[in-house]
Amino acid sequence: MINTRILPLIRKEFIHIRRDPRSLVILLLMPLIMMFIFGYAINMDLKHIRIGICDLNRTPSSRELIETIRMSPYFEIVTYYNNPNRTEALFTKRLVRAVIIIPADFGKSHARSRFANIGVITDGTDANSATLVQNYLDGLFMGKSISSATNGSGPLVSVKSRMLYNPDMTSSHFVVPGIVAILLIMIGALLTSVTIAREKETGTMEQILVSPIRPYEVVLGKAIPYLVLSFTIAVFILVFGHLWFKVPMLGKWGFLLLFCVFYVFTALAIGLLISTVVATQQVAMMLSLVITMLPSVMLSGFVFPVASMPRPLQVVSQIIPATHFLKIIRGVMLKGNGPLELWPSVAAMSAVGLFFILLAVRRFKLKLK
Amino acid sequence: MTRPSPPDPSVDLTKNGLAVTVRNLSRRFGEFVAVDDISFDVKKGEIFGFLGANGAGKTTTIRMLTGLLEPSSGEGQVGGFDIHKDYEKIKTRIGYMSQKFSLYDDLKVVENLYFFGGIYGLSREHIRMRVAELDQSLNLLAVADRKTMSLPLGFKQRLALACAILHKPPILFLDEPTGGVDPIARRYFWDLISTLAGDGTTVFVTTHYMDEAEYCHRLSIMYKGKIIEMDSPSAIKKKYNSVSIEDIFIKLVDR
Repeated sequence: MINTRILPLIRKEFIHIRRDPRSLVILLLMPLIMMFIFGYAINMDLKHIRIGICDLNRTPSSRELIETIRMSPYFEIVTYYNNPNRTEALFTKRLVRAVIIIPADFGKSHARSRFANIGVITDGTDANSATLVQNYLDGLFMGKSISSATNGSGPLVSVKSRMLYNPDMTSSHFVVPGIVAILLIMIGALLTSVTIAREKETGTMEQILVSPIRPYEVVLGKAIPYLVLSFTIAVFILVFGHLWFKVPMLGKWGFLLLFCVFYVFTALAIGLLISTVVATQQVAMMLSLVITMLPSVMLSGFVFPVASMPRPLQVVSQIIPATHFLKIIRGVMLKGNGPLELWPSVAAMSAVGLFFILLAVRRFKLKLK
Repeated sequence: MTRPSPPDPSVDLTKNGLAVTVRNLSRRFGEFVAVDDISFDVKKGEIFGFLGANGAGKTTTIRMLTGLLEPSSGEGQVGGFDIHKDYEKIKTRIGYMSQKFSLYDDLKVVENLYFFGGIYGLSREHIRMRVAELDQSLNLLAVADRKTMSLPLGFKQRLALACAILHKPPILFLDEPTGGVDPIARRYFWDLISTLAGDGTTVFVTTHYMDEAEYCHRLSIMYKGKIIEMDSPSAIKKKYNSVSIEDIFIKLVDR
């Protein structure tokens, strides 16, 4: 496969990479920045949520309840007040994200029936956080009822849930593998499409095409250097995520890296495909970012679960390489899965990858002739 | 201005002695007819000039003959091979220099030479010897380790020529090879072309500089995709009773 005509192409491509240290630095910094932004910002666990408490009951029962909330690391009580009419003012002045209103009959009904209502009002302008606050409070009061059940005849069934594979619900464990999936497809496509567009812009592509070199040799001569480069970046991101964000690696590095190579190859094919429709580097760059980034973030299951998407989008998500790679990388890193458990995703990703590679080579060939 | 002598007919005349034959060649881009039913022959060792304004169809013709563009209709042979079927064989026998001197700016002069020699399958040793040989006339080794982007245009032009002839192609296509280059460098460049042709290389060259037409053995004047005149510069001048190709060109285009 590697013959004497491909070697000069590969050598030349590495000279380009070496002579352009700025791009190289950007290529290594971009993943780091993205990892920090996503790793810390997409933080699904909230802590120190500012809440206000309006205790209209003022009994030992209500004080016990407030104490429970105060002890929780998730909440920070910033104000106590007595007039429920002040509630809205607290929200508009952005002092709190939620308030808890303990009604005047709380103590009485609690003592009588063990069922008592309290009011929880959350700020719906940030719907995600509001939902989380409600979930936390639900959890908190469930604990509360359990604790009071021990000294009385409480509910007979209590739910004790345990989160497997990510027991602390650490977001970064979930997010970092996703970033690897998105960055690799983005960088791979970007590098390939831009380098080919550059050769088109400067006319050197034409100069290559009048030589006896074959289309597949041109493709390989471009693919091999950028495969090496993208793979290096992949290893860099993975190791960084493992060491800095402490993302566990329960499976085999070898299996994961092997799939990284194939995934990167798919990314290069997408870049090659893009290069057949664009004429300038700028357009190549924009198109690569839009085509790879948007679907990989929105539709791959990185943020929103595929299962909760409308049917047509679920179908679309299946042809996005990141969808399958995400399952593989999360499976390997967090669950210690191997090929045995992951074969459906492996097969699906191979199919999607081969589809893009064949399409790219075919289109590239057509374009040349 | 000295003009090189016409090729010696006894030199290397295989087959019919024609390096390029074109019959009724056309290329359309949608409604626009870039090249309109042209026919011509180029003899071996000849400097054959395509003269015409921008957009006359010169580059489109070259691109069809070098396998970069599929003709819409018509036949053609380059080095005895069919341009429709045997373009892979044609590629090993031609050199091509595009109007932009397509080189890698971030590569050194030698790196460009090794790259372009390499994609023609030449070994590094072979390229090194060939570069040393070409250096006698091209003077490139003096700037061998400089990045191409730092070179004056005249050097880039000679480097582009060197890259195009490393593999000793019998037929050389030059698409406006002197664009933007100063008169002295242009003169020097044409001397090189004449030497190459004297050694038996067929040179197919396009230009819109009228004075350069004088260097060609035979000239075809293109206008709006058609060849409107074709003969040796002296015969053309005689026919139109004029001393300047430029005057004739303007007369032809204006009528």
